[in-house]
Amino acid sequence: MIEGLAALYIFMLAGFTGYEIISRVPVILHTPLMSGSNFVHGIVLVGAMFALGIAETPAQQAIGFIAVLLGAGNAVGGYVVTERMLEMFKPSNKDSGKESS
Amino acid sequence: MDTVELIVQASYFLAAMLFILGLKQMSSPVTARRGIVWAGAGMVLATVVTFAVPEVIGGEHAATNVILIIIAIAIGGGYAWVTGKKVAMTDMPQMIAMYNGMGGGAAATIAAVELLKANAEARLDPSQTMTVVDILGADVAILGILGAIIGTISFSGSIIAWAKLDGRLNRSSLLPGQHIINAIMAVVLLGFAVAIYMGGDLNTIIIFYALALVLGIFITIPVGGADMPVIISLFNALTGLAVGFEGYVLGNAAMIIAGIVVGSAGSLLTHLMAVAMNRSVSNVFFAGVGSGPAVESGEQGEMKEIQAQDAGILMAFASQVIIIPGYGMAVAQAQHKIWELTQLLTERGVSVKFAIHPVAGRMPGHMNVLLAEAGVPYDMIYDMEDINADFKNTTVALVIGANDVVNPSAKSDSSSPLYGMPILDANLSQNVIVIKRGRGAGFSGVENPLFFADNTKMLFGDGQKAANELIHSIKELG
Repeated sequence: MIEGLAALYIFMLAGFTGYEIISRVPVILHTPLMSGSNFVHGIVLVGAMFALGIAETPAQQAIGFIAVLLGAGNAVGGYVVTERMLEMFKPSNKDSGKESS
Repeated sequence: MDTVELIVQASYFLAAMLFILGLKQMSSPVTARRGIVWAGAGMVLATVVTFAVPEVIGGEHAATNVILIIIAIAIGGGYAWVTGKKVAMTDMPQMIAMYNGMGGGAAATIAAVELLKANAEARLDPSQTMTVVDILGADVAILGILGAIIGTISFSGSIIAWAKLDGRLNRSSLLPGQHIINAIMAVVLLGFAVAIYMGGDLNTIIIFYALALVLGIFITIPVGGADMPVIISLFNALTGLAVGFEGYVLGNAAMIIAGIVVGSAGSLLTHLMAVAMNRSVSNVFFAGVGSGPAVESGEQGEMKEIQAQDAGILMAFASQVIIIPGYGMAVAQAQHKIWELTQLLTERGVSVKFAIHPVAGRMPGHMNVLLAEAGVPYDMIYDMEDINADFKNTTVALVIGANDVVNPSAKSDSSSPLYGMPILDANLSQNVIVIKRGRGAGFSGVENPLFFADNTKMLFGDGQKAANELIHSIKELG
């Protein structure tokens, strides 16, 4: 369990880390990067699994079920979409006459 | 700490590290691909070890719950896998909004489970004096409730953003005095949050969530289409924050780190996007583009039509053509045809360049992805700052599927909702040819004086068909 002050330090350091990662990122990567960070908060899936795991009543189980469902959607969808986009950013020395007609 | 616990914690630690390294690599085009794979490995690791966590598999209803978890992952993950694989590149922004909304919803429902559990426990207490706070502790209760608010707003707001971008929701449906209503709702919502903290009953919790849902909807509805990327990015950051808060509630360091990193990275990204569009974040929220009386004030004049054949000849004998692609081009799937057209023109010795507005497509960088998909080489694609000075040396500016990003009233008309947004100076070139489906206003709902300018000719029709006709007309010249 992470308590009080230790958590505060984690919050602060993680905040600076996120800021540092993004500064000076080229505009062409804004969309993929947003998508990539969208994937990373898919870690909520783990929390959702906790929530459903500790559920006791049917109501809690139902809500926990929705949590896992949504969390899995976030994680899987975020990955698939980001991966597809970044695939096109392969070091691009595509020859320009590729599809000439 | 026993062995299982140690393995679980070490795995979460590793996952958090992979997320950070992955994001770092995603911020450079060279390593971006590797970055998402690393982050993906972290996610798989974290998910798998969670099945070994004592709380998850040691509870009273563990058997049922684990089965439920697997079913939920299969359904949610399966749905996202299928939709994510088949979504067109053009529809990427709304899918990101959708998946982000799901994450926000997950964070909010986690809080709901915690609150319900604490609530039930409090009522079991014989003295009847226990509240949610006594059971969870003040810090957990506050962050949990905050995460619930933020996650729920991000959930419903993202769904609205998705619906708007997907064309399922009519845009300017704005109530009068929307911002005041929103402010009042926000205050009431905070009131309910305090009530839950003080020990509100089940109904309080339900109303609390309902209010947050509606507030998310109300905040997002007035936002203009052109500002959507900023909002999606903001909701992305908010979801991250909510996930971080719920991570604290559950005592899960991986969630805290990943959530807060995304929260802060996302906030900065939101700011960068807003700057790229010359908007401030508060501006996006409180001044809905396209709201208010429709800007249809006179002095429009007449649109001048041109046939594809004449347009083709004009371009074939031009010295320089700048192509300004917009989202409409991608919707019409015309990018391959445009690339073919570009090659034809280049063969004839015409200098062809692509001009990309920072928000071309629906998000910064979206159009680059779309053109890369069609095979357009990077060195033909220019950013706004690099090409604007070049328009005055240009014979033809071909605008296809773009509208607001070439709207000169953003520069000249201080009453225009677009006023202040940097634009591509297409109007400065000798001829402007606009390929457009119909005569309507742009995505933001603002009229475009460029279409009525003397040097502008309109080529009406579907983007792909029009591009095809242009290709034909140039080929006929031999």
